[in-house]
Amino acid sequence: MTASTPRLARNGPPPGAPAAAAAGPRSGRDTGAAGQPGPGRPTRRRPPARTLLLVLNACSIVAGVAIWWILSLNGFQFPTPPEVVEKAVQLGRDGLLRQDVLASLGRVLTGFLLGSAAAIPVGFLMGWYTVARGLFEPWIQFFRTIPPLALLPLVLVLMGIGELPKVFVIFLAAFLACVISTYQGVVSVDRTLINAARVLGAKDGTIFVRVVVPASTPFILVGMRVGLGSAWATLVAAELLAAQVGLGYRMQQAQLYYDLATIFVGIILIGVLGLVMDRLLLLAESRLTGWQERR
Amino acid sequence: MTTTTPTPAPAATAKISVQEVSKTFPLRGEDFVALDRVSLDIADNEFVTVVGPSGCGKSTLMNVLAGLEEPTSGRALVDGKDVAGPGPDRGVIFQQYALFPWLTVRKNVEFGLKVAGLPAAERRERAEHFIRLVGLDQFADALPKMLSGGMKQRCAIARAYAVDPSILLMDEPFGALDALTRVTLQEQLLETWSREKRTVMFITHDVDEAVFLANRVVVMAARPGRIYDVVDVGLPYPRTEEVRLSPEFARLRNRVWHSVYHQTPALNAQEG
Repeated sequence: MTASTPRLARNGPPPGAPAAAAAGPRSGRDTGAAGQPGPGRPTRRRPPARTLLLVLNACSIVAGVAIWWILSLNGFQFPTPPEVVEKAVQLGRDGLLRQDVLASLGRVLTGFLLGSAAAIPVGFLMGWYTVARGLFEPWIQFFRTIPPLALLPLVLVLMGIGELPKVFVIFLAAFLACVISTYQGVVSVDRTLINAARVLGAKDGTIFVRVVVPASTPFILVGMRVGLGSAWATLVAAELLAAQVGLGYRMQQAQLYYDLATIFVGIILIGVLGLVMDRLLLLAESRLTGWQERR
Repeated sequence: MTTTTPTPAPAATAKISVQEVSKTFPLRGEDFVALDRVSLDIADNEFVTVVGPSGCGKSTLMNVLAGLEEPTSGRALVDGKDVAGPGPDRGVIFQQYALFPWLTVRKNVEFGLKVAGLPAAERRERAEHFIRLVGLDQFADALPKMLSGGMKQRCAIARAYAVDPSILLMDEPFGALDALTRVTLQEQLLETWSREKRTVMFITHDVDEAVFLANRVVVMAARPGRIYDVVDVGLPYPRTEEVRLSPEFARLRNRVWHSVYHQTPALNAQEG
């Protein structure tokens, strides 16, 4: 259960079960060894298997591009791969690409970092103090069921059309994903580990820093990964609705002029950037949580 | 049978003194009596094992002494003082090892020393000593996930010893290990104990283990959790394989076995 709960959050809140993730049982002893909430992680194999996987990955990508190319040459209204590359080069030369990417990345990173930075202490407070949990939980459970984008109309009215509303909805998306996961991590810290620290003479403060924080790190990182995905999705949608610059805006403009090549460039860039950010977090995760026992 | 319970001796003479300790838990709307007026004295440097069927409250008794649980009534004294919360004077070894999985063996062993505020050099030296004592020097920088169950438990033992507790409370420490590893660790534990004298309360459900290790075996019974029998083990230390195979060992083992597996139910438990 500990492994699957953070994963649930990725697919958005399950309707009708808003309390499921956060109000999970304080599962006791089995969490220590089984605390491996890294979802979708590629299993680590021996080098030959890894090489094979990479070769297969590459083949799959090449085949995909080939199918795309064939389709675009056979009556589908797709631009061909060279056309898209050409468009990308052109947009790059104009400086538009750089401008859009920087604008989008700036928004997503600001919102994501602020959201995670707020979520971690709040999640810890909720896990550690019943009072904090009682106060925060109804709001978090409520807003969790609302897609952050649904708040955009309200946010636009209240905050104007500058950067603030976009960063705010991204912040919200990242915050909600991360706070639940952090909270989950704190409440599922193995009681035995806390007792072990106590009998070695540790007091509450020490237990928090030396046991609770490291034990919940895997959960926090999963929350951050989910949060990042959620932030990225929210960003692009927010830019489609209200922006003067950014990848989403560029695609929206291109749509008006039936400029499919630009749309393709946008889609591919969004995917690649999202993937790169996710891999970076994954790298951090494997560095920070390599101590976990895998079954 | 409660007549075999030793009457509370003057607290000053005993290292550990449990006096009329009761503990009840609410369980499905009813009160579950985990411990019913349990009294037990353990002398300094004594090795006492506690055996009994599940639900007899042996772990609860240990948790009370460790300061992890409070008795509902009665007193638990260590060195003549009431137990008030856990403390480094009482080392605890858990069945599930409870090593910090993000720390190496060395860092695990150093944990209690760090909490106590020892300087780094001294910490390292002490940790080194106890890691060698349990034979994990090759694995000092390994993470717990690299260790087998037996090695994990040895690491946990080193960690408990490092803070120099005068009492070791062990809750079925070898319960999860295979029979072979268990015998090895039993012998190692006795060897360590004979070198670094401690008062030990060792909980187990294994009658052989209970007799092999102890000066005294305490047999508990369930519903309500209470002390059923106390068996003095007069066997000499060091306990070798010869001791394990001796007729005297077999006799004691049979005695304890009978106490554990043929318990007469508590007819007048409420009346006492």
